[in-house]
Amino acid sequence: MRVKSRMLFGLAVGFGLMTATSALAVEIEYWQYTFEGRVKAIDALIEQFQKANPDITVKHVDFPYADYPTKVAASITAGQGPDVVQLYYGWVDGWLAGNLIQPLPKDAFPHDQIEKNFFSIVKAMKRGDDYYGLPTAVRSLALFYNKKMFADAGLDPNKPPATLDELVDAALKTTKRDASGNLEQEGFGVDMTGQDHHWIREVLIRQFGGAPYSDDYKSVTYDSAAGDAAIQWYVDLQQKHKVGEAGFMDTAQAAFQAGRAAMEIDGTFRLSAFGKITDFEWGVTELPSKDGNQGNYASYWANAIASTTSGDELKAAEKFLAFVTTPDAMKLWLEYAGELPANPAIALTSENQADPKYGPFLKGLAYAHTTLFVEELAQRQTQIDMVNHVLLEGQSVADAVATAAKAEQEVLDKYYKK
Amino acid sequence: MTAAVEADGGVAAARRLWHRLTVHQKHVVWAWAFLAVPILFYVVIRFWPTANAFYLSLTDWNMLHKASFVGLKNYRRLVADPVFWKVFRNTFGYLIIGTPVSLLLAFLIAYQLEKVRFMHGLIRALYFLPFLTTAAAMAWVWRWFYQPLPIGFINDVLALVGLPQQPFLRSTTQALPSVLAAAIWAGLGFQVVIFMAGLRAIPTTYYEAARIDGVSNGAILTQITLPLLKPTIIFLVVFSSIGFLRIFDQVYNMTTNDPGGPLNATKPLVLMIYQTAFSSFDMAYATAQTVVLFLVLLVISLIQLRILRDR
Repeated sequence: MRVKSRMLFGLAVGFGLMTATSALAVEIEYWQYTFEGRVKAIDALIEQFQKANPDITVKHVDFPYADYPTKVAASITAGQGPDVVQLYYGWVDGWLAGNLIQPLPKDAFPHDQIEKNFFSIVKAMKRGDDYYGLPTAVRSLALFYNKKMFADAGLDPNKPPATLDELVDAALKTTKRDASGNLEQEGFGVDMTGQDHHWIREVLIRQFGGAPYSDDYKSVTYDSAAGDAAIQWYVDLQQKHKVGEAGFMDTAQAAFQAGRAAMEIDGTFRLSAFGKITDFEWGVTELPSKDGNQGNYASYWANAIASTTSGDELKAAEKFLAFVTTPDAMKLWLEYAGELPANPAIALTSENQADPKYGPFLKGLAYAHTTLFVEELAQRQTQIDMVNHVLLEGQSVADAVATAAKAEQEVLDKYYKK
Repeated sequence: MTAAVEADGGVAAARRLWHRLTVHQKHVVWAWAFLAVPILFYVVIRFWPTANAFYLSLTDWNMLHKASFVGLKNYRRLVADPVFWKVFRNTFGYLIIGTPVSLLLAFLIAYQLEKVRFMHGLIRALYFLPFLTTAAAMAWVWRWFYQPLPIGFINDVLALVGLPQQPFLRSTTQALPSVLAAAIWAGLGFQVVIFMAGLRAIPTTYYEAARIDGVSNGAILTQITLPLLKPTIIFLVVFSSIGFLRIFDQVYNMTTNDPGGPLNATKPLVLMIYQTAFSSFDMAYATAQTVVLFLVLLVISLIQLRILRDR
């Protein structure tokens, strides 16, 4: 009997202590998808944060991108998801419709501070009078080129193409085929499933004098002569100039890494993977201009607070979100993940701008557009299909563009008319 | 104390009741006691969600807000959706080409393998091996086979013998058969093994009698082997039809950059359901598609069972 009661007493004390400590300490969860540099960056930031806030524990959860949106939606809806969560800026409408995230409180995140401390593309996270998330880093596009192939083709490896015409010219010179005409080396890696669909919409269409969308991004406006001209130019790379083929080496970035594509357009996030290339030297430059017009597409992942988070967890989540968007966190992110700081003051230092790798991306940010997606995957699909209609089914460019514009408009309407 | 007495009394009463049952009744009670567990499991895990799916297909649920009843709206949208009909045709393409081709191949292999004594076990194991491999891994290997030069194995062989490159997965006409070939190959080992089991179950006395009577090999095949293989064939037809109607892994993994593409050329119904549900979060519309798939599976299975049933 005595043993039993002693045990019970011990248990009671134990439980008492546990509840006492849990009243003091808060555990919050941070979710993102698995991407080596980003995972390491957050781990490092959590360590710093926990040192500064010993009463808060941050649990870092990461899992593959393929499951990411589904799992987040299912978990938050079931009331047991993350507290602070990363989302692609293009998902904000969907997540808002699903009540997955909550507005950032204005006292902790004053709007004038947000607008001062972040690139203007952060506006894509604003709906009505509220911001729904803040990025640590932003990404833009640039033209990667293989210096060895340039030199082999008699081109100056330190003078990458600056205009679209120069791009075609360099691509023609660096394309190699075998005796039967099979492609051995692409001059330009075309890949609609990569970043080309962003390049077409936000850069090429504008450079050809058109506009991809109305200013509020609620109407598709590229079904125009300028739109047709831009798509024609893109399709010509494969059909007329034959400097690249969709699907060659599976993806354009794989072709580039294998040293089988002389040029490729890709994002900041590719820097770390290409950094592992040892077979040849490569460079990166701003996207080519046309008639003096430059363009770029910027995007980012933002940190948001889940709708289910409240009380102490909410306070801790706010603290952590503020922490991962400080200038120091951004510097750390640049170092670990190779992504550009979301704060212009941190990003646009003369040191960064002169950096041969980050420089071109940073310059692109100055004139970049950010598409306000309502359903990124469905909208991307319309562009992939548009080019495939021309390449695989021999449809005229004008018809393919019209079909794509109609399909994308339907996606937009489905969302905005809800 | 009183509680214990009552419990004892209860147990005693139950025991008396049990003893009064006949042996047959006892068997029935035991059978139900054991069946209760899987039945309960199935009701909770299978039947209830199935019934729920039927209901959800009549709502506008998107996983995020509460469902409200919209009648047959999702089904009307389905009928008017050109992608759905394209996908429907693809699904039947997988079924109509996949089932006969895979069965024929499996039967030929099993029939010949039965006659082989040399390394019989090893060859059988080699045929069965793909069935044990993860579908995703296999699909990726096949995806690399189909690549254009310089990395695609099949195009490499074509170029070697002087034939032009084929686009395979990058073609709207070749993509579906290309994916299907991988799927057939993956399921072949299982079908071969089942066919071999069926062949072995045929009593050798029939064959001996036929040989004594001087019946030709062709006649033995059509008059003895095939009729006696009927149960095996029925099983495999139904089983592989359901498999092809539900094809997903191979398609998704071989076309990840443009799932079900190019231009929906390879997209089966299950992939459309997956995309509608998990990238558009259009759950209600996805359940309507699921209900259609369920009905298709049901009807096809019933028709096959009826046609192939012994009369």
